[in-house]
Amino acid sequence: MNNLIIGPIIIPIIIGLVLVVCRNSLGLHRFLSLLATVLIGLAAVLLLEQIRTGGMQILNLGGWEAPLGITLVADMFAVLLVLVTALIAFCCLWYACSSIGMGRERHYFYPLCLFLIAGVNGSFLTGDIFNLFVCFEVMLVASYVLISLGGTKIQLRESIKYVLINMISSFLFLVALAYLYAITGTLNLAHLSIRVAQSGQGGLMTVVALLFLTVFSLKAALFLFYWLPGSYSAPPTAIAAIFAALLTKVGVYAIVRLFSLVFYHDLGATHLFIGALAAASMVLGAMGAVAYDDIKKIITYNVVISIGFILAGFASFSLVGMRGMVYYLLHDMIVKALLFLSGGTVIHLTGTAKIREVSGLIRLHPQLGWMFFIAALSVSGIPPLSGFIGKVFITTGVFQSAYYWLGGIGLFTSLMVLYSVMKIFMNVFWGHTNLTEETEKGTTQGLLPPIVVLTALTIALGLGAEGIHEYVDLAVEGLLNPNLYTDAVLAQNGK
Amino acid sequence: MSIVVGILFAIGTYLILSKTLLRIILGTSIIGHGVNLLILTMGGLKKGGPPIIGLNTQYFTDPLPQALILTAIVINFATTALLLVLSYRAYAVVGTDNVEQLRGLEDE
Repeated sequence: MNNLIIGPIIIPIIIGLVLVVCRNSLGLHRFLSLLATVLIGLAAVLLLEQIRTGGMQILNLGGWEAPLGITLVADMFAVLLVLVTALIAFCCLWYACSSIGMGRERHYFYPLCLFLIAGVNGSFLTGDIFNLFVCFEVMLVASYVLISLGGTKIQLRESIKYVLINMISSFLFLVALAYLYAITGTLNLAHLSIRVAQSGQGGLMTVVALLFLTVFSLKAALFLFYWLPGSYSAPPTAIAAIFAALLTKVGVYAIVRLFSLVFYHDLGATHLFIGALAAASMVLGAMGAVAYDDIKKIITYNVVISIGFILAGFASFSLVGMRGMVYYLLHDMIVKALLFLSGGTVIHLTGTAKIREVSGLIRLHPQLGWMFFIAALSVSGIPPLSGFIGKVFITTGVFQSAYYWLGGIGLFTSLMVLYSVMKIFMNVFWGHTNLTEETEKGTTQGLLPPIVVLTALTIALGLGAEGIHEYVDLAVEGLLNPNLYTDAVLAQNGK
Repeated sequence: MSIVVGILFAIGTYLILSKTLLRIILGTSIIGHGVNLLILTMGGLKKGGPPIIGLNTQYFTDPLPQALILTAIVINFATTALLLVLSYRAYAVVGTDNVEQLRGLEDE
């Protein structure tokens, strides 16, 4: 029992509720929401140390023991993601303070973000699959409001599609849950893992597994990503960055958790399928990223590519591949936030997202230009930045598992990624300067510090990869040995 | 029961595939009910006493599906309400409730 685990979920909810009550003091809103993310970060750091020394941490909510009540499980993988979530949320909220505008701030932007973070953290930490559904919904309902907040024409148009897609995938989630409950009679993840291992993963179980895969693919934008480019380019930059960095990754987390803990008995059916979907989303995402000349569209298609790449590492299901997956997931959350924030700043400055209408921005904004350059290198996996190590491990793992086609597609699409982000850099920042300080639509005032922090993070994660090696290894060990998880959850009551 | 679920899903799917926003929302609502019934059916409809310790009945009903459905109903209710408001706003601002015209143009 460890009460600290509830922290990352309850802190943002409590502070969010306080903020709803004090509507009119925006200074308080800004301060308290940043404070909330700092507190979550601290809780995550404490948890990391406890897990490193004492193994997985468990909290049985309400004192109900494991298979009966709702369990919160903090293993290394989940807590690493919670920590990165806190870092990104901090940077995005900081960016939002000076970019989101009074109107949105007054209409509960910060509380909504905090509720979203609570849902994200809840999804990471829960050990119960129905609770996962509930946390997904907490996160999604907050995101429905955030995506339509402000009510511009394009937002309303895109948010309807976004809400509909997600509602339908929630229904499918419930359907899959109903079947799973009918077959196994339990909803606790650890208990599910044991029951499925005992009864064997027959054809029926694989069908249920694929139904879950469909649901999470919709959320993670794995192959079923057609909703993503439209809806992620509708809301303002800070919100889009939070979405791109966090929401899809929660879907990825759910896939990884479920297919490493419960449905790992029929690798040929499920994991090969995940690999095929990953390859398809990498190829289609690369086509989108290369084809468009709109900053927002290019970087949203990059989200799709990276989801494919992360899950390619997972599909290999080897030690090295999984290690790469964890590294790359952490890297990708940071660097996607960085790309969205710096790309959004360019749009804010120039008033257009078309890369052909802007050029020579580096003369006016050298810091922004070079930070975008670092982000571009990092996203395509150039050493010594953070994308490199994950990419190496994933590629090695995929080749080791003899998915040569998947590895080949992965490497080919990273070239496309490089091309697509360099296209933005060269068009927007190089060339003849066609803007003056007077004709700019906005200033970078207050926008650069969060971008600097994220850039520093991606450099630090690249250079300090050795430092987090121990944590990543523990995370991978937990993912590859489901009995560690089930023992930790069910040990207390001797089952 | 399973047949009813099937019919509800069929109706819901048909409505979602139509072009008017209101029909789509009704469709999601109906599918939501279908899902709830499915959970109840899948949980196994058993006869038995209430699941309270100390009550002298031999068989207990499984209380879990009802708890799940309660949660699902609440969530479904909230999202449907939100979607209704959203579609009304969209109708007021964009000026159409036909999803074909919600596509959006390339240059805006």
